[in-house]
Order: sequence, then C-alpha cells, then structure tokens
Amino acid sequence: MSANLSAILYLVSGVLFILALRGLSSPETSRQGNLFGIIGMVIAVTVTFLSVGNFSSGFIYVLIFLAIGGCIGSFIAYRIPMTAMPELVAGFHSLVGLAAVFVAISAFINPSAFNLGTPGNIKLASLIEMAIGAAVGAITFSGSVIAFLKLQGIMSGAPITFKGQHLLNALLLILIVILTIYLCSTQSSNLFWILIAISFLIGFLIIIPIGGADMPVVISMLNSYSGWAAAGIGFTLENTALIITGALVGSSGAILSYIMCKGMNRSFFNVILGGFGATDQTSGSQNKEQRPVKSGNADDAAFLMKNASSVIIVPGYGMAVAQAQHALREMVDTLKKNDIKVSYAIHPVAGRMPGHMNVLLAEANVPYDEVFELEEINNDFANADVAFVIGANDVTNPVAKTDPQSPIYGMPVLDVEKCKSVLFVKRSLSPGYAGIDNDLFYKENTLMLFADAKKMTEDITKNL
Amino acid sequence: MEIDPFIFRLSIFILSIFVGYYVVWSVTPSLHTPLMSVTNAISSVIIVGAIIAALSGSDGEVFSSSSIYGFLAIILAAVNIFGGFLVTQRMLAMYKKKKKDK
Repeated sequence: MSANLSAILYLVSGVLFILALRGLSSPETSRQGNLFGIIGMVIAVTVTFLSVGNFSSGFIYVLIFLAIGGCIGSFIAYRIPMTAMPELVAGFHSLVGLAAVFVAISAFINPSAFNLGTPGNIKLASLIEMAIGAAVGAITFSGSVIAFLKLQGIMSGAPITFKGQHLLNALLLILIVILTIYLCSTQSSNLFWILIAISFLIGFLIIIPIGGADMPVVISMLNSYSGWAAAGIGFTLENTALIITGALVGSSGAILSYIMCKGMNRSFFNVILGGFGATDQTSGSQNKEQRPVKSGNADDAAFLMKNASSVIIVPGYGMAVAQAQHALREMVDTLKKNDIKVSYAIHPVAGRMPGHMNVLLAEANVPYDEVFELEEINNDFANADVAFVIGANDVTNPVAKTDPQSPIYGMPVLDVEKCKSVLFVKRSLSPGYAGIDNDLFYKENTLMLFADAKKMTEDITKNL
Repeated sequence: MEIDPFIFRLSIFILSIFVGYYVVWSVTPSLHTPLMSVTNAISSVIIVGAIIAALSGSDGEVFSSSSIYGFLAIILAAVNIFGGFLVTQRMLAMYKKKKKDK
C-alpha cells in the first residue's frame, strides 16, 4: 500500500475518533459514536497490516497475540461490576502507558524497522520523541498502578507523605531532562534504561501522596498522560492517527481534571501536591463539643417521604460502596406510585471518577432525564420537601458557603439545607474525607438515619 | 525552502488539541465515565506501533529482541481496545430515557 494512501486512511481513522468523542454530547448519539470509534480502530489496524505487508509467520503470531489480548479484554469488560469502573479505568490506563514504553523500547533497539536510522545512530528528533513517549508512558503506568491499588483498597487510600517529597520529585524531573539531553549526544542504551526506570519511580511518587477522594482528579490526569504518551509515540512513528488520538485524549483528560478541581474549589497543584486532611486540619479539630442530633428510623423516614410532594436524592460514594443503587431505584418507584416527584442531584466530584454516579444510576435503570447536575438543580432544593442524602457528605456541607476558615470554603455545594427536611443516611457521625464536621447533621430539619445505605433504603421501601 | 515534515505533524497535533478541547467541553457531564473509557480505548491505537515492532523480525527469527516488546505491547493494547470499547458499549446501553407515561 502506498505511503500516501495509508497516511490518508490514518487521517480517516483519526477523524472517526473525533466523531466518537463528539457522539458523547448526548446519550442518544453516544452509541453511534462508539461505533465510529470501533470502525476507526479497525481501519487503523488493517492499514498497518497492509502497509507493513509482511504476511510471514510473524503475522500469524500477531493475530494470536491480538486474539489473546482481545479475549482477556472482552472477558473483563463483561464481568466487571459498574461500581468497579474507577479501578477498571485506572487499570486500563496503566496498560496504555506500558504499551507506549514497550513500543519506544522496541523502536530504540531496532530503529530501522521504523525508518528512524540505525542503532546508535537514531535521528535526533526521533530520539527525543521516543524518550518523551517512554518517560510519559512509564509515569502513566506506575501512577495508574498505584491509583488502581488505592481504589481497589489493596493499598490504603490515605495520603502517604514524607519530608522532602516535592523536592525529590522536582530533582527526579530535572534528572529526566538531563538524561534526555545526554541520551541525544551519546545514544547510550544504558541511559535509555535509566530514563525509563526513573520515570517509573516518578509515577509512583506523585500518586502516593494523593488521597482517596481526590481520585477523580488523579484518574483524569492519568487519562491525560496516557494521551500525551500516545502522541509522543505518534511523532516517533510519524503516524497521524496516533498524533490526533494522543492530542484528543490528552486534552480530554486535562479538561476532566480541570472540571474535577473546580468541583472541589482547589487548584490542580494543590491536589497534586497532595494530602488533603493531612495538611489542612487546623480548623476542624477545635469545635468538638457535643451538639444534639436528631436520629430516626426507617419508619420516620417513610412517613416524611409519604407526605412529601417532591423529593431530591443526593447520592455519593457511599452509595457505590453499599451497592445501594438498585434498592434506591425500588424506593423511588414506590414513591412515584404515590405521585411524588423525584429527581437526583449529582455533585461533580461525587464518587471516585467523573460521572461515576450517573453510570451507577443508569445501571439501576434510572432514566437519565431525571438526573441533574449541580447547577441545574441547586435552586430546586428550596422548593423540595425532602432531600435524601445517601452516601454523600462533604458535597452537602453548608460550611463551604459560610465559614471562610474551613478548608472546603468556596467549594460549590448542593444547597441541601434549604429543603423542608433532610434525611441523611450514614453509618455514623464521623466526618467525611475533608476531615471536617458537617453542619448539616445538627440542623433543626435534619433527620439522621444511622445504618448501611442499602439496608436503610430497603427498610424505607417496606414502610412506604 | 522546504518545510520539515515534522512541522506538518506538529500542526496536526496542535489543531487536534483544539478540536479535542471543544469536543470534550460539549460532552454532557453524565457521560464523563464513558468518555474516559472510550478515550482509553482509542488511545490504544498505539497498537499500530506495536504491530510494526512485532513484524520487524525476519522470517527465520520471529521473536527478536525488539519484536518481543512489540508482541507484549500488542497484548496490552488489545486488552484495552476490546475491553475499552465493550465496556463503553455496555455502559451506554444502560442510559435510557424516561418512558412516556402509560
């Protein structure tokens, strides 16, 4: 196949990937978008086979390895529960990162296969692109592995910090730049290996200080990195499809990180430099005096809801942990039968990844036009009779609006306290991730329901 | 004077960042999770590099030191491509509109 034709076809697959993302602007067009993505991928792979044109025994092995990977991937995709989506995405990011590292290594060992020169005499530009691709890929890999372990609960979600951490990271980053420069002048393979090893170390070091609830930012950031790694390799291979995709994914991840940071009213660097709760505990600990709390049972909650005409549900990470989405949906079905208007309010950083709650509610068959974002629904709380907070905490804390001393001051929160009454399902009065007390617990109109989210929801349904 | 092909690729790269920027802002927040899984799947187009690397060995020697890395990368990327697209499909199939009142 001529080089020009294959370049055009790669461009076509790049455009199809753009359309794949474009489709996600609404749920109706999203499935078609996904189809475009699949077609784009098939084109890219086919063109690569045709342009290499080597259908020897190696080709058979390529198909075998492709099939092995495909089976593993399909198996995972069908078996994974929706609540485990953040782990899955983190795991997948690590694979992209490692694949980028492997391709870069292969290109370094055998540059003639990629038309990049001969070993020890690689074109300067290609060498730089290769080094960037490998370094970013390695950072993505080890960072995603740590994120995966934290989300999976194998590693503690608490931030791990030590003295001189940021200095060490900065030194390592400078070291990478120096190594890349030396690599260009010496073409030494040892330097290339050291470069990759240090990048793995950086990925590890930048994710360990970041705590569990900051994971939405981390996952988005790693998503972005995997894109930049792909783009770096794309420059090395002079492949348009890879460059376009890398740029798309890179900017997509960056935008998601930005949205997540804004949802917490924190700067990106504040999140990356780590340890919420570990550094900001000054204001939370002083007012520990006992304040009265009203607590109730499923019967009280059912009574309140039965007499309401509109209910807003505020789900959070706790709902995912308790797997309460189906029980919640059943409760809502019962409410609707009694002609009660129900809607859902989703905070941007609810859950452990962007859009996490929306997927869980969709899984439980909640129609997506009953689910609203913070800006869309925040004014409705004042007119609603009951707010049902299930598994959320910090995102409802009115302190963010009233107390400039609070670490979460300025963070956009759901105006739950404006509801006539608030039902708060929670295991205990313990503070949320930010390490601060939630004023909402002590309000006149709040009724605490101390129980497991799923069990409580089921009990309320029985009592309705 | 001729323009270096690198500049053309750089132009494509920069323009794609802008395309990505505007396209991603138009993605509805409720589909942010599928967005992440689909970007994950498409970034595995890195498989084209893996295939070139894997086929770089000669007929007598399919597994050379460089092609082995290619084969490993093929497995990783294939897991991602199939897993990413399928899990996205599975998620998107769950997003349903409210049924009209019966």
